[in-house]
Amino acid sequence: MAVSRVSLSSITQGFPKSRSFLDGNSAYIPSSFESIATATGTGSNTTITFSSIPSTYKHLQIRSIFKDSTSSTSSQYLYINFNSNTSVNNYSWHNLKGNGTNASASGVASGTSIIKIENAGASDPGFPTKTIPNIYGVSIIDILDYASSTKNKTLRAISGTDVNNAIANYGGIVLNSGLWLSTSAITSITLTNPDGSTFMSGSTFALYGITG
Amino acid sequence: MAQTYTPIATTTLGSAASSITFSSIPSTYTDLRIVLISQTTNATTGGMEFQFNSDTATNYSYTRLRGNGTAASSSQSANTTAGYGGYVVISSNWSMNTIDIFSYAGSTYKTALSTSAADQNGSGDVWNIVSLWRSTSAITSVKLNSTLGNFATGTTATIYGILKA
Repeated sequence: MAVSRVSLSSITQGFPKSRSFLDGNSAYIPSSFESIATATGTGSNTTITFSSIPSTYKHLQIRSIFKDSTSSTSSQYLYINFNSNTSVNNYSWHNLKGNGTNASASGVASGTSIIKIENAGASDPGFPTKTIPNIYGVSIIDILDYASSTKNKTLRAISGTDVNNAIANYGGIVLNSGLWLSTSAITSITLTNPDGSTFMSGSTFALYGITG
Repeated sequence: MAQTYTPIATTTLGSAASSITFSSIPSTYTDLRIVLISQTTNATTGGMEFQFNSDTATNYSYTRLRGNGTAASSSQSANTTAGYGGYVVISSNWSMNTIDIFSYAGSTYKTALSTSAADQNGSGDVWNIVSLWRSTSAITSVKLNSTLGNFATGTTATIYGILKA
């Protein structure tokens, strides 16, 4: 049986018919990579929180571009907690970093209350601050199997900043890993600017869900 | 629901070529991601660089982290003519390169994260790179250049648009 679509013109000119239920429209293909929420730097916020994260995805990804409001050019990092859990001994982290001169590694094997995301250089500077115009640091954070009730949660991140040598020994490329010693499903993620300075306007943190 | 991760264009080379270009990139996404499966016609390992909006001036820079199976190292280059995408392997293997370009249509300088996996069964490299393009213009085209030899037949590049809420 043919499919008929009712419109004003169909009433005045007769019903157009189609052999397809799509009737010339494009098929809807559900995405396997969905945008859940986006948070932005306001110039006055020191934390970014994604809460009420649905458990319906398989993995999460946070894509971010941000700058710190401090006037300092020294270290700026991101600290990450899950489900507002800041208890000591619940996290560990490691990284492999290149500052343009040396490759090095650091980490905390146990007994820490956060996962630290670095973006380090020779003097261990981190993400760019407002002293460097037009340049933002970037990061991609992946959290696999975040809703599992049987697995501790593992995070992987790649982060980087290049400043074209605008400041000596500044910037770098870093691979980060982190562990949350909890089998609870992740329902919230908090990213904190640890020195109390704020995320500048133009900073954006986008949370995506990946279906499995 | 709007598509969040959308393939914009794909190119598979039917013959060797020195470059692959994606042009007329719409400004409607948040980030871009390029995935390249490639092989070089060079006798030894090749490389890949990228340029935006036909800009061949020294408006780029990058910082690199490399592992070559023996040692980890890092290097930095300022005022370059392209961003760096990593290595490309020789026949009969294929390398994987990704380039994530953040806020490509925004009004600040453009930062890209690149990864390169190039293993040749006895040699090879893994790279992670951050590149900067010192331009506040929206990116409307991306050109991938083979730095040694050409991209071989069968090399495939896809550009995706990622859209935040």
